[in-house]
Amino acid sequence: MIAGKQSIRFDKKVYISCGATVVGNKEYAGPLGGEFDIVVEDEMFGKNSWEEAESRMQHMAVDKLFIKSGLKKSDVRYVFAGDLLGQLIATTFGLKGIDIPVLGVYGACSTMGETIALSSIMVDGGYADNVIALASSHFASAEKQFRFPLAYGNQRPESATWTVTGAGAYMISGQCNNTGDVSGNNFMNETVGKAVVTGVTVGKIVDYGVKDSMNMGACMAPAAASLIEANFNDFGIDENYYDLIITGDLGYTGRIILLDLLKEKGINIESRYNDCGLLIYDSEAQNTQSGGSGCGCSGVVLNAYILNRIRSKTLSRVLFVPTGAMLSPVSFNEGHSVPSVAHGIMIESE
Amino acid sequence: MVNDVEKRNDSYNRYVKQVTPKASCVYNCFKAFIVGGAICVLGQIITNVLKANGLGTEEAGNYTTIILVFLSALLTGLNIYQRITAWGGAGGLVPITGFANSVAAPAIEFEKEGKVFGVGCRIFSIAGPVILYGIFFSFIAGFLYWFTSVAW
Repeated sequence: MIAGKQSIRFDKKVYISCGATVVGNKEYAGPLGGEFDIVVEDEMFGKNSWEEAESRMQHMAVDKLFIKSGLKKSDVRYVFAGDLLGQLIATTFGLKGIDIPVLGVYGACSTMGETIALSSIMVDGGYADNVIALASSHFASAEKQFRFPLAYGNQRPESATWTVTGAGAYMISGQCNNTGDVSGNNFMNETVGKAVVTGVTVGKIVDYGVKDSMNMGACMAPAAASLIEANFNDFGIDENYYDLIITGDLGYTGRIILLDLLKEKGINIESRYNDCGLLIYDSEAQNTQSGGSGCGCSGVVLNAYILNRIRSKTLSRVLFVPTGAMLSPVSFNEGHSVPSVAHGIMIESE
Repeated sequence: MVNDVEKRNDSYNRYVKQVTPKASCVYNCFKAFIVGGAICVLGQIITNVLKANGLGTEEAGNYTTIILVFLSALLTGLNIYQRITAWGGAGGLVPITGFANSVAAPAIEFEKEGKVFGVGCRIFSIAGPVILYGIFFSFIAGFLYWFTSVAW
């Protein structure tokens, strides 16, 4: 059902019936370390290049999702997937052998939100029973694509974020028979809540003219503010509706800016706000400056933090807002500012 | 309308500048001094040792340059030089060792894309501007030098 100007309220039950995450060493060493499904110590994932490593990571996440969900390939109709690399090569090469129809999606670091939104719409529309939503990023392949070769010595400013090496895969389903998390997360079966996607708000491209690509939080905060305001308006709710409003990768700088921008609009979300980029690393100890970023940041924190708390029923209503900075090395070199986008996924426990 | 957007962007950029944390300039200068100074001391030691072994001043200087460049490329390959620069900033970037690092790093990264289109095309992707404009301005300086020596 259409809700407001840029949102959809789902008529049917759309479940995130299962989630699987793959991360690297640095993410494992962070505060959420114990909550990821697979940790790979080798940054190259046993491959020859960073790009192949990221592809391998996507493939591993999908494999793990099948194991955890108990579903077979024949049960899944489509995959919505994306990454940060040019022409989505991590996705294309990673899903080459998967034998399920694939739709590639680019939303920079907001990709996890975009793939879940599209998958949910497909399930709600009755076009599929199970759809996989997938996103990944790799620190080294992202540095190579957007910044400098890894071996080049340079100093990171305080506002810089650290691209997460991680992939998150989610099964978006019309039914949820998955009573326990097979991965061994020890929730008692009776208290296991199911995660329902009740609605989505699709974001507009927002550009406040910031050109500093080392300050992504400042580039993306206006997009997140616009999205959150639109979500409240479209559904006729306010911040009290949610237990948690969580953005993708605004970091410490973006957090301050988002809260200020929303206060200007008369919205105060401070008491229920968090950011995936702040949760994934211990900034002081791990030297990650403003926090984590990348598709993988919101992609793995969704399962490790948000869904695990929905399953244990410590959270009941969450607005998940992955944020993306839509720049390219070309647009940056040509002197353009960094346009941004954010997508909102309303996740509620049942 | 266009003006409104510009005004909003201007005031937003000013606001962003206020809330974005800045690194301490004094502390960064101190770190750069330590790292840059250490590299220079190392260069001086090499020069002195070479001279003590019978090389002339100019020759010793040339060999010192070669040895420093070699050491930097080696340390880049061993994943050490970039850590020194991450701490020391311009102290590690500006000396000739930083220049060597900026050539070695893309060579390592793009080796996967082949010897021609990878290493060959990309090796000067960071150092290229320094080489191009360095040569260009030395040409201008040389021309001025020649012009003034002819005129007088």
